[in-house]
Amino acid sequence: MVLDSMKEIFEAMETHDLPFWEVVLRADMEDRQVTRQQSMAKMLRTWQAMEDAANNYSGARRSVSGLVGGDGRKMRQYSFRHNAMSGGYVSEVIAEALSMAESNACMCRIVAAPTGGACGVLPAVLLPLCKHEDLTQHQILEALYVASGIGAVIAYKACIAGAAGGCQAEIGTASAMAAGALVAIRGGDKEQIGHAVAMALKNLMGLVCDPVAGLVEVPCVKRNVIGAVNAVSCADMALAGVESRIPVDEVIDAMGEVGRRMPVEFRETALGGLAATPTGQAVKERLRQA
Amino acid sequence: MNLFDILGPVMVGPSSSHTAGAARIGLMARTLLGGEPVKAAIHLHGSFAETGTGHGTDKALVGGLLGMKPDDLRIPYAFTEADKAGMAFTIDKVDLRDAHPNTAVIEVTTQEGKTLRIQASSLGGGRIEVNKLDGVDVSFSGAFNTLVVRNQDAHGVVASVTNILSQVHINVANMSVNRSKRGGEMLMVIETDHHLKPSLVEFLKELPGILSVTYYDKEEEDDGSGFDEGDL
Repeated sequence: MVLDSMKEIFEAMETHDLPFWEVVLRADMEDRQVTRQQSMAKMLRTWQAMEDAANNYSGARRSVSGLVGGDGRKMRQYSFRHNAMSGGYVSEVIAEALSMAESNACMCRIVAAPTGGACGVLPAVLLPLCKHEDLTQHQILEALYVASGIGAVIAYKACIAGAAGGCQAEIGTASAMAAGALVAIRGGDKEQIGHAVAMALKNLMGLVCDPVAGLVEVPCVKRNVIGAVNAVSCADMALAGVESRIPVDEVIDAMGEVGRRMPVEFRETALGGLAATPTGQAVKERLRQA
Repeated sequence: MNLFDILGPVMVGPSSSHTAGAARIGLMARTLLGGEPVKAAIHLHGSFAETGTGHGTDKALVGGLLGMKPDDLRIPYAFTEADKAGMAFTIDKVDLRDAHPNTAVIEVTTQEGKTLRIQASSLGGGRIEVNKLDGVDVSFSGAFNTLVVRNQDAHGVVASVTNILSQVHINVANMSVNRSKRGGEMLMVIETDHHLKPSLVEFLKELPGILSVTYYDKEEEDDGSGFDEGDL
């Protein structure tokens, strides 16, 4: 089967009496012609690469432009020393999102999820959860299949690249993937996964891709934070029984439509938004002369 | 696009298109050159030219030419590695007509004087497409095992290659045959489902009418051995 809509996945779950993650796993086995063991071994390596990325980044590096680096460490120290307003888990989510996105900007090794620019969102919600809750690796892999299945549907129906659909397509998709993964970990049903994905995408709809000097640095690093925190809130809302009034597949279509009609200045061209501000232009000029 | 294009690739940042894709383009150029490059002229087009330095596109391309994969931690230091390896390189901007915004043209040379001119684009998510080889239009991605054969434009040469492949049970997924002019040189690009042994590649080189053969092995998949779901 092809992962071409959330409805398709839900129907396969009912027909074959399978959990969400298992439907995605089987789709991968069929698509890449691999065994269950091969697919899961690759997913495990992907997870280990995320853990390694978090463990190996000290926060000491700076990005090429010098604009990015060290903020994740600041946030982590703050959340350890002070009583962060966002509380234990969420303040760690913020710190991890900053750190991972910043390590990406500093040319460290990361896992694109779904892109390099949005690589911080999914690990930011999962890694701190592992510290707070007793999760098995199997549960983590299940969550990663759920996340990538959601990403595959969005890539098929809409888009996942900033150049194609703005930041809503990158951070928005990453946020939807993370929200669905969290609901799955907490044992939510398929409807709840769908609502979490729908709400996560809706909340970031219309967000433009406006990187200063065209680099994956400003505002990308901090947008990983909004993607991650949004995922946590949407997962909690869905688990609480809050529903999206617009069905998830329609939300995905709407995001794609907004992306297609988004002016080119707001699709990674660095011609609009923050990139076009006097300060944004000054950074570009400074880098050009360097 | 497969599931691990969504969750993945595992790569050195910052950009799947400008960094990971660039490394793959460099590695593809090295592979199809069929030898260690000692000289490389890299020309960047569009967004590669505009934001390449900030994205490490230049380092990733050079790293790829040195044999580095997108997740190689040496990519940020590729220029130093090139010095160590004795590869001289230049990087400049070029304005191509009708090319994807993330496109590079690379001219590479081996110690023995073998040369290759390749034009390739990075399509996003680390996926690439090769557009031109030595001036001939082509279209392949490296998602399959890929055989690039230069041969004389004479009858029976194409069949002789595909005949050998069929005898060793190698299935052709896609194939293109292009030539610049009748009776001159031709370029065959054959994408296969199965892996080709080095001995087979060597054998193909000896066939009549064949001028050169290079072979790109698609990125190795884990066979999953040692993995037990029960251990998780």
